[in-house]
Amino acid sequence: MNFVTPEIAWAPLTPILIVLGAAAAGVLVESFIKTPATRRVVQLWLSGAALLAALVAVVVQWGGLEGAAGTVVMSGKITVDLQSLAWQLMLLIFAVLSVLLFASKTSDNEESFTALGSVAPGSVEEKLARRAGLQVTEVFPLALFAVGGMMLFTCVTDLIFLFVALELFSLPLYILVALARRRRLLSQEAALKYFLLGAFSSAIFLFGAALVYGATTQIDVAFIGIAIEIVDGRDGMLLLGAVMVIVGLMFKIGAAPFHSWVPDVYQGAPTPVTAFMGAATKAAATAALIRVMYLAFYPLEWELSWMFWAVAILSMALGTVLALVQTDIKRMLAYSAVAHAGFILVAFAGLEAEALAALPFYLLTYGLATIGAFAIITQVRERAEDGGVGAEAVRLGQWAGLGKRSPLLAGAMALFLLSFAGIPLTAGFIGKFEVFSAAVAGGAWILVLIAVIASAVAAFFYVRLIVLMFFTDVPEGAEDSIAVGNEPLSRVVIYLTAIAILVLGILPSGVLELFQESAVFLVIGG
Amino acid sequence: MNYVILAAILFSIGSAAVLLRRNAIVAFMGVELMLNAANLALVAFSRMFGELDGQIMAFFVMVVAAAEVVVGLAIIIALFRARQTISLDEPAELKG
Repeated sequence: MNFVTPEIAWAPLTPILIVLGAAAAGVLVESFIKTPATRRVVQLWLSGAALLAALVAVVVQWGGLEGAAGTVVMSGKITVDLQSLAWQLMLLIFAVLSVLLFASKTSDNEESFTALGSVAPGSVEEKLARRAGLQVTEVFPLALFAVGGMMLFTCVTDLIFLFVALELFSLPLYILVALARRRRLLSQEAALKYFLLGAFSSAIFLFGAALVYGATTQIDVAFIGIAIEIVDGRDGMLLLGAVMVIVGLMFKIGAAPFHSWVPDVYQGAPTPVTAFMGAATKAAATAALIRVMYLAFYPLEWELSWMFWAVAILSMALGTVLALVQTDIKRMLAYSAVAHAGFILVAFAGLEAEALAALPFYLLTYGLATIGAFAIITQVRERAEDGGVGAEAVRLGQWAGLGKRSPLLAGAMALFLLSFAGIPLTAGFIGKFEVFSAAVAGGAWILVLIAVIASAVAAFFYVRLIVLMFFTDVPEGAEDSIAVGNEPLSRVVIYLTAIAILVLGILPSGVLELFQESAVFLVIGG
Repeated sequence: MNYVILAAILFSIGSAAVLLRRNAIVAFMGVELMLNAANLALVAFSRMFGELDGQIMAFFVMVVAAAEVVVGLAIIIALFRARQTISLDEPAELKG
């Protein structure tokens, strides 16, 4: 047998290689630098530099692609086109902001992550580890691996490599979720639930991919589309496989009825991790769902549209209604994330070309607001009995009168909440408008009507929190119970995201044009 | 084709284990069974079509599944140390 060495065009993969290479280097840093404090600084600079370098590499490639649609790498396993570059750019921006949050420390010099992940919560060993000043600095390489996996996820055009990339970004996230410094039992429980349900869904995805392979003899998404169209393999096995693949991706987006992990994980995970995965996982999964739907399963549009309709409506209804009754702010934002998953799926109605520009913009606005909102949650903390800074104040009641304690933070939070609700002059409005127009262009005006009603109802619980922050007095005797942090890194993130939300809300045209430019796929053979 | 049917049966058993059993390890074994069912299906199809693609994919899946075991067991052990139980009904602090 003759083996031919495959030709690999490495250049288009530069951003991903930089990120994954830095992650591997970060693992080495873990074993060679003994002092936790030094290690932390090195890891922070390493990951920051790698992400910025990757950002530059993406921009350079974008410029280099002028006129051309993109590059096919490894005979069609990976396709780097403008669409995937747009998503990579977005993921890198989210990652830079999240790494800043990861590194943020409270005024008591306490970070968001546990001293030693392997010791039991509340045990003597944990106290010893804390006293010794141990730190889990592995979070930085883990985050880099996750980012690299997500970037790969946006440009892979082969169902099995899609599975590999899915696991590459999911596995580090499972670990990150388990590493909270406070409320560790909650955090570990969230990690177990996330892991079991995540592994379950990726197994469903994989079996679906195997069935699609069986029905079409192809695993390349573009060839699957052609095979379905020409060979007319619309049999039960193909449909079942397609549904299972889509279910696996919808699970990562967090759409109902595959949302059961979302509230638990959002609540239990360390807040910086919640911010990161809330923004980035949704974006990466949406990118992959777009590619799979537009390139492979578009001939099945009629057969699959009921599923998108049902899941979108259910997500919007369930997310909105359940968010109304929450008393924990992280949990409330989690159910709002489920509702937003529904809005994302609305854009898939009709598989219109408009959605290719609308969805990246929507995910960008949603991700920035999510990172900003969770960054604020890290700043509002309970006061410990010894006068120090305690755990995050996540009960809604504890946020009463935040506008008087810290007008700036409360103002930024209000801005993010209005953006979630889709009020004009915030980025969220433009995002929702784009997504809904894409759905209307696809003829799904009934779905859009339902989505508009759901956004109106959702505005109620966002506004309720704003009222609580600005128009409710601090409860009697509880004046000293809340400590508002002033961590420089978190503040930077909050201000940057707030400015971005305002700018994207008032002057969106530049970014919109950018995404419209990127609304093309490079399809081989098609 | 018989192998594909066997794979489907294994997949169903695995998913039933994940959904019904309350022991974290057993549920986890169910996930592994599902992944291996997918492997079996891939190899069976590959044999049916007389090409190598499916078998190569099965190798990738095996590696990923091994990595998943590492992470999963680590999380389960950390949870066991904290609670002395791995029942999925026991940890119920996250509700609502």
